[in-house]
Amino acid sequence: MPILTERKTQPQYDVIVVGSGAGGGMAAMILALNGVKVLMIEAGRNYDPVKETPMFNTPEMAPLRGAATPDRYFGYYDATVNGGWQVPGEPYTNKQGTEGDFWWWRARMLGGRTNHWGRISLRFGEFDFKPKSRDGLGVDWPLGYDDMAPWYDRVEQLIGVYGENDGIANAPNSSPGVLMPPPKPRVGELLAKKAGRKLGVPVVAAHRAVLSQPMDWKNLPKVLFPNNPKAQEIIGKDMMSRAACFWATNCIRGCSIRANFQSTTVLLPPALATGNLDIITDAMVREVVMGADGKATGVHYIDKITRRDAVAKARVVILAASTCETSRILLNSKSRDKAGLANSSGQVGRNLMDSVGTRLGAHIPAMEDLPPMNEDGAGGLHTYVPWWLVNDHAKLGFARGYHIEMGGGRQMPDVKSFGYLDATSPGVYGRKLKEDARRYYGAQFGFSGRGEMIPNKDCYCELDPKVVDQWGIPVLRFHWKWSDHEIKQAEHMQQTFAALIEGMGGKAKPQSGADAIQRPGEIIHEVGTARMGAEAAESVTNQYCQTWDVKNLFLMDGAVLPSNPDKNPTLTILALAWRSSEWLMDEMKRGNI
Amino acid sequence: MPENSPISRRNALKGLLSGAAGAAAVPAIAAPNHTEPAPPVHASRFVFHDPDFMQPQKFPWEKLLSAEELATTQALADLILPKDETSPAASEVGVPDFINEWVSAEYPVHQEDRETIRGGLGWLNTESFKRFGKRFEELSTEQQGKIADDICGAGEVRPENRVGAAFFKRFRQLCLSGYYSHSQTWKSLGYVGNISIGGPYPGVLPEVIEKLGLQDVV
Repeated sequence: MPILTERKTQPQYDVIVVGSGAGGGMAAMILALNGVKVLMIEAGRNYDPVKETPMFNTPEMAPLRGAATPDRYFGYYDATVNGGWQVPGEPYTNKQGTEGDFWWWRARMLGGRTNHWGRISLRFGEFDFKPKSRDGLGVDWPLGYDDMAPWYDRVEQLIGVYGENDGIANAPNSSPGVLMPPPKPRVGELLAKKAGRKLGVPVVAAHRAVLSQPMDWKNLPKVLFPNNPKAQEIIGKDMMSRAACFWATNCIRGCSIRANFQSTTVLLPPALATGNLDIITDAMVREVVMGADGKATGVHYIDKITRRDAVAKARVVILAASTCETSRILLNSKSRDKAGLANSSGQVGRNLMDSVGTRLGAHIPAMEDLPPMNEDGAGGLHTYVPWWLVNDHAKLGFARGYHIEMGGGRQMPDVKSFGYLDATSPGVYGRKLKEDARRYYGAQFGFSGRGEMIPNKDCYCELDPKVVDQWGIPVLRFHWKWSDHEIKQAEHMQQTFAALIEGMGGKAKPQSGADAIQRPGEIIHEVGTARMGAEAAESVTNQYCQTWDVKNLFLMDGAVLPSNPDKNPTLTILALAWRSSEWLMDEMKRGNI
Repeated sequence: MPENSPISRRNALKGLLSGAAGAAAVPAIAAPNHTEPAPPVHASRFVFHDPDFMQPQKFPWEKLLSAEELATTQALADLILPKDETSPAASEVGVPDFINEWVSAEYPVHQEDRETIRGGLGWLNTESFKRFGKRFEELSTEQQGKIADDICGAGEVRPENRVGAAFFKRFRQLCLSGYYSHSQTWKSLGYVGNISIGGPYPGVLPEVIEKLGLQDVV
């Protein structure tokens, strides 16, 4: 069991952070920069993106030429190691009769799922925090956009986000000077923009956590950490050592030059540099340990390598193990209430939401036979479509919006790049087949929607009464059912994508919403299973991620999100974790915790 | 992957077994309050679950095609993707070996392809013997082309050739997969990425913007 620092673990810490992803990484860094002694416990293995990222590896260097397999669903070079839809010896189950199995992506590695993501960093807007007030569905957040705006600014400055301010309703602007300039669009993105203009669909610069230029390491640390010279020095050095994107390789592989955001590239290095953070990997938390006074005293975990149990102690415990894993730890922790720890509201495990996802692609004749251009770009999309019908829901028949992602063109060829030749060139072989491959290569383009789902009573996780994992920990059992809001939204996505494709000159075959909607969990945006709220009776934490029932227990991951706006959750998890960590330190200083 | 999927369960088991074997090989680890002496040892890492990107990556299963099957595979692959002025033949960029890996992998989709490809290679040699009295790889390019023309699907496929045609379609797709996933074919294809660029991303070529009429959206 490695401890990344060379020092001994301590018998007692100020704070234990369970999980090393977006929420855990942010909490640990902010606390450690302020002199708090932190122990981080990670269920996966150690992982060093500087050494382990296969940046320029080509497919022929990989088994099966890098093809996706059930074990490596996003292709061989996906940064996720030691994880996936299944983790050996750590099953989960779906209740029989549930509508569609929930897929649960877990990354058992340092940095968790921040090593694998699209880096799409969209702020939730003013309407997103008050959904119930607006349409009567779901619940409102216990805070509003104005509370979050300064924290979004800080996070964007800390991690580096490219994008533009477009002034679109409910797609908030960042403060001036916060965003980095976006990269120029690619051919397909420009064609989509042109098609979108006629349809009234705004194609604008994407917001992604990728450095499009070097960081302002001289000034940003002072802005972000005023009155903290040590933090300024550490963050300044770290920002200086992060390189700008060199417009090659897909971000899904991770980034050895640290041009994009991962917990392991941006949060953990400076956190470790403080000397205030110890990290234990390969350590799976069974439960939060409670004292007689109703406060948490630490966590009980199993060392996965030796299979030895241990207890770590601290004044405060922060769970940031990922939405469902955090809920699982709560449900497995002893409390006076059989329902699980911090669960007097009965909401732990409830309100499970993923994003609504569906996609449609096509061959675009205008993109055939173009001169070779390097379209690798920022390793992900340069443009996207924010939800543009936010005031039209009464007409649409579904309550919440979606944004559109897009991609295609001259990407690195892989084993699946030429499937369309079955359609364009049946029966062709020999020299003519190569000519066709050259002509049609790069002429594929597609759209992908990410929509807001409304929490419903049929989507939740609970402990499976019969199944434990190889560590003896009861596992989660999932329940799922989409509502008409999601199905109709997916239908609208398909129709919109088809209109965009037709506008680009392609032929589209849209599917029905029910057929097109991707699997529950497949978008890997699951949130909500220990939501924050204004009232203890209806929520698990307050607006600072502090559980109502246990004052020194905090939840700092996607579990606390009361709703799941179409904007990918990572940026908001980061902002909430920073905000909550500052509040936690104030409470500790005040002697309340 | 749903829990009731046979593939996920089998591979979960495989990983579990190798993980347990690995644990035994790891020396005793310091408990909390002790200094950890060394970084973790990954004694057993299934290449498709926890690949070690710092080492050359090996295909984890036995490759099943025989020397004869590989010879037929090579002949047909080179007929489908021959050498030309700007690009190598299929066999020069490892397509036969890729197909061998592909049909040897222990995932259901690969097992289906294994039946299609091995059966098809057998069908092809049977047809070759019927018409010319030799194995397919021993035929002249012209003779090979006569059989290929009957199964490639360009024209109507006669009922007795349907097995061959189904095989040819899948085999051609695997050839394309193996061929264009090799970086030596990219220049001829027109993929010019996977190199680092300094400064801002250059964007679309001016002549392309003009050709496609994109001036007003740049």
